[in-house]
Amino acid sequence: MVPITPIHYLILAAALFALGTIGVLTRRNVVIVLMSIELILNAVNLNLVAFSRLWGLNGQVFAIFVITDAAAEAAVGLGILIAFFRNRETVNMDEVDLLKW
Amino acid sequence: MVSVAQMFEASDYLMSLPILLLSIFALGILIMDLMMPEEMKWVNAVTAFVGVLLATCGVVRIQHALDLSHRTWVPAFVGSMVIDHFTLYFWYLFLAGTAVAILMSVHYMDEEREQHGEFYALMLFSVVGMMSMAAGFDIVLIFIGLELMAICTYVLVGFLRRDRRSNEAALKYLLLGAFSSGIFAYGLSLLYGLTGSTNLAVIRERLTHDLAQSQNHADPVAVLALVTVAAGLLFKIAAVPFHQWAPDAYEGAPTSITGFMSVAVKAAAWAMLLRVLGMGLYPLRLIWVPLLIFVSLATMTAANLAALTQNNLKRLLAYSSIAHVGYMLLGVVAYGSAIENAAMTDGVKGILLYLLVYTFMNLGAFAVIASLRRRDVIGDDIDDFAGLFARAPTEAVLMLVFLLSLAGIPPLAGFWGKYFIFLSLIETRHYALAAVAVLYAVFGLYYYMRIASAMFMRQALDTEPVRAGGAMWGALWVSLAATLAIGVYPEPFIRMVNWSLNATQNPAFANLIK
Repeated sequence: MVPITPIHYLILAAALFALGTIGVLTRRNVVIVLMSIELILNAVNLNLVAFSRLWGLNGQVFAIFVITDAAAEAAVGLGILIAFFRNRETVNMDEVDLLKW
Repeated sequence: MVSVAQMFEASDYLMSLPILLLSIFALGILIMDLMMPEEMKWVNAVTAFVGVLLATCGVVRIQHALDLSHRTWVPAFVGSMVIDHFTLYFWYLFLAGTAVAILMSVHYMDEEREQHGEFYALMLFSVVGMMSMAAGFDIVLIFIGLELMAICTYVLVGFLRRDRRSNEAALKYLLLGAFSSGIFAYGLSLLYGLTGSTNLAVIRERLTHDLAQSQNHADPVAVLALVTVAAGLLFKIAAVPFHQWAPDAYEGAPTSITGFMSVAVKAAAWAMLLRVLGMGLYPLRLIWVPLLIFVSLATMTAANLAALTQNNLKRLLAYSSIAHVGYMLLGVVAYGSAIENAAMTDGVKGILLYLLVYTFMNLGAFAVIASLRRRDVIGDDIDDFAGLFARAPTEAVLMLVFLLSLAGIPPLAGFWGKYFIFLSLIETRHYALAAVAVLYAVFGLYYYMRIASAMFMRQALDTEPVRAGGAMWGALWVSLAATLAIGVYPEPFIRMVNWSLNATQNPAFANLIK
């Protein structure tokens, strides 16, 4: 049985971060893009909590702030998306094309 | 066991006085707005303006306290905030930019029929965020300040709910902004893991120590942290390749908010960049200096080329503001690559002066665009400016002054910002960079003059006279006065910038040269 060290947490967090980034860059549905951003922020939280085993509680406090921020961002994001949907009736990124160049 | 209340001192509350005042006013506006009849909504703007004035008095009070204590900086809230002249300088800058933006908004939001109290409350809240960013000395506070500012700005950009362009701008800004905040936070978490602290001073100390131990070979994790943090910072100041949100958000947002974003929000991002890169990550400068040289060259090239073909003025000014970021980044390059003290402060001095002059000339230009907004006429196309001199001579001449200042023509304020940046480049022997930057500055004259030629040489397409309200004229005259004053008599302003850097004891820029 291999003991679980901080390195394992870091690799997991890096994987989550990569997944989130790929999701933001490739998915076309705005709701899924918002979810991918949440994934990135959760990777940050995992990092912070893993590091705070080494360094003390600062990291956990930071993680609580990041969670709060993620909630606020999701609320505002969905609000803006609803306003957008009312005018355009789509949540597809490819149709967000009024402003360019 | 010490309770949290005991860790705070009375001086902490004095040091956060402007932040508390602005929060109280913003909450007050939200409550007042509920009781206000439709035709009385302008009272909200007045309240917000009074809040900004009182907060300015609060900053003056802090400045007095600082002078009396004979220190150049004091920590507050257990070291997570640092109040020094650098902080105070930025606080004044945010408040000035916000005051002018509020003046612009009254008329503009009336024309849009979207005069709501939340608009002004959100502006004040985002100033609270900016103040935390400029004063923050702890990455947690800096991150929270950044998010408070950014989330308020997302909503402000999308404030015109019925306008498709505004919706779209807000959506794009939000998605890219949240994505970059996530990347930034990931970098901050790595920094915390590397150094075991969230305080910038400790981070800097540990990084220096680690580098010395490994004979200047940076840890790959440190490089990853630097790259992710830098990506977040460069996004917030809208540097290429992270600039795509800026033209979209600037075009779709209400014009007064475009002005607000391009000065106050941008200045806050600069304060954060100078604190984090210039202070916390200073030991890694051998890596970030070449990175920034590349980014600033890319920024100047892409922005100046893209601005050439724009027909929408807000979009054109967005690209011009990206180009200005490219010039300012060169100041950071000079700061990072300087060997002696004088050249180092000159780079930062250039950036601070640039931000000051930029605040007024850019707000002035956006105020002219906002004053053209009428029912059914958006007024931000270059054709709307055709023959403006015949329709509204004063506004056309004001616009010309702001455009010349943006281009950096000598007797106007814009010249001095560029002057110090280029001077610092020459002092640090970046001759090629300085030459390229000067060439691009000349190049920029073309697209500014395109607007001027439309205003003065072309026939007016519609003859209706321009009617701007009293507050709008206030915004225009203040911007004009500042642009001319800084240009003609820069001495007191340069002294102010020197004061704000206060080079020797400032923790943000105390150099490691010993």
